[in-house]
Amino acid sequence: MTATGPATVPVTAALALGDDALVLSHRLGEWAGHAPVLEEEVALANIALDLLGQARVLLSLAGDEDELAYLREERAFRNLQLVEQPNGDFAHTIARQLYFSTYQHLLYADLAAGDGPFAPLAAKAVKEVAYHRDHAEQWTLRLGDGTETSHERMARACAALWRYTGEMFQPVEGLAADWARLEERWLESVTDVLTRATLALPEGPRTGAWSAGAGRQGLHTEPFGRMLAEMQHLHRSHPGATW
Amino acid sequence: MVTGTALEAELLELAGTVPDPELPVLTLRELGVLRAVRVHGTDAVEVDLTPTYTGCPAIEAMSVDIERVLRAHGMREVTVRTVLSPAWSTDDITPEGREKLREFGIAPPRTRRAAGPVPLPLGPTRTRPTAPNATTATDAGTSAAPYPEPRTEPVRCPHCGSADTELLSRFSSTACKALRRCLGCREPFDHFKEL
Repeated sequence: MTATGPATVPVTAALALGDDALVLSHRLGEWAGHAPVLEEEVALANIALDLLGQARVLLSLAGDEDELAYLREERAFRNLQLVEQPNGDFAHTIARQLYFSTYQHLLYADLAAGDGPFAPLAAKAVKEVAYHRDHAEQWTLRLGDGTETSHERMARACAALWRYTGEMFQPVEGLAADWARLEERWLESVTDVLTRATLALPEGPRTGAWSAGAGRQGLHTEPFGRMLAEMQHLHRSHPGATW
Repeated sequence: MVTGTALEAELLELAGTVPDPELPVLTLRELGVLRAVRVHGTDAVEVDLTPTYTGCPAIEAMSVDIERVLRAHGMREVTVRTVLSPAWSTDDITPEGREKLREFGIAPPRTRRAAGPVPLPLGPTRTRPTAPNATTATDAGTSAAPYPEPRTEPVRCPHCGSADTELLSRFSSTACKALRRCLGCREPFDHFKEL
């Protein structure tokens, strides 16, 4: 794909945004054939496709998209630890979507309003991500304010992923964003959705020593290596394969 | 759109007749994805194409089809560039394009209100008893139905024209469509959702 971009693109930022999109796209793709209902099968695959499109543009700004996706080692990926977390049950996937798409939507809206190198992509993607965010919010409401079981599972999922949400607001080199303000708006929005879903805001720290650093620095959690092995296997076994 | 020469105008029109690979009732001109055509020398041409969605896989088929048509018209070198800015919107679909979508059985996108999704209720499956004093959306002033669809212009059934339709899923056969059902004639249908 030939994407038009300015001559100077901050590579660190392109990798951070591009890897978030690529890794979450792959995780969502793992639902294919396993989603609870056909409509969700299609919805998750469509969201994954949007994210893959964004990843292709962003990684192409940083280098060769295929080389970056298929030939980098785990430590060279700059995605958030949140997006690499396994799908878990459907509630976990929805909680991950809620946390991430709220963040991505707010961040892209800011980038789209500026005149930086990511403005063209952000202006386009922000409209797509609005649908992802809406999808996650509606499911959070339905599961949180649903049956005893769905309420409990949604609460468990939100709590389990809470510890990965602090990393989203670490400044990324080359991205002109007001990170503190972004975090405030994110918290406000997530609090609002969880409250309406009759769920409590999870307690506990949102980042800490357990994460041994963060995905933005190339430090990832254990499941990520296994995910990469699967994602990169074909390309590494059959370099340049096409169909 | 800036078109310089008569040849450029001619090639733009020609590229515009290429059908959309996913929705062949629409041409690329009607879809509004062709941005510019520039001729270099006598037989080299550069075409600017914008994707509907960032990840839309149809763009590769579109590029190939444009190349084929322009080469058949005597162009030796055809380059199709993907441009993202300004971002494509469903408002770029022409009125004829909208009409063709409707005839094809797809509800066309409504013209621009604010961009973005229309919040929709997921249905009344509230089986968990709500705590008696819980402050729910009802109290938050939303309305009795927990998360109602704001009534702007309705999405009409492309089959019978009824405005009484409901959302089944935000995402349908492709990312650009939502799945709805008509409450009048009971037919399900795709809606080209606003972007």
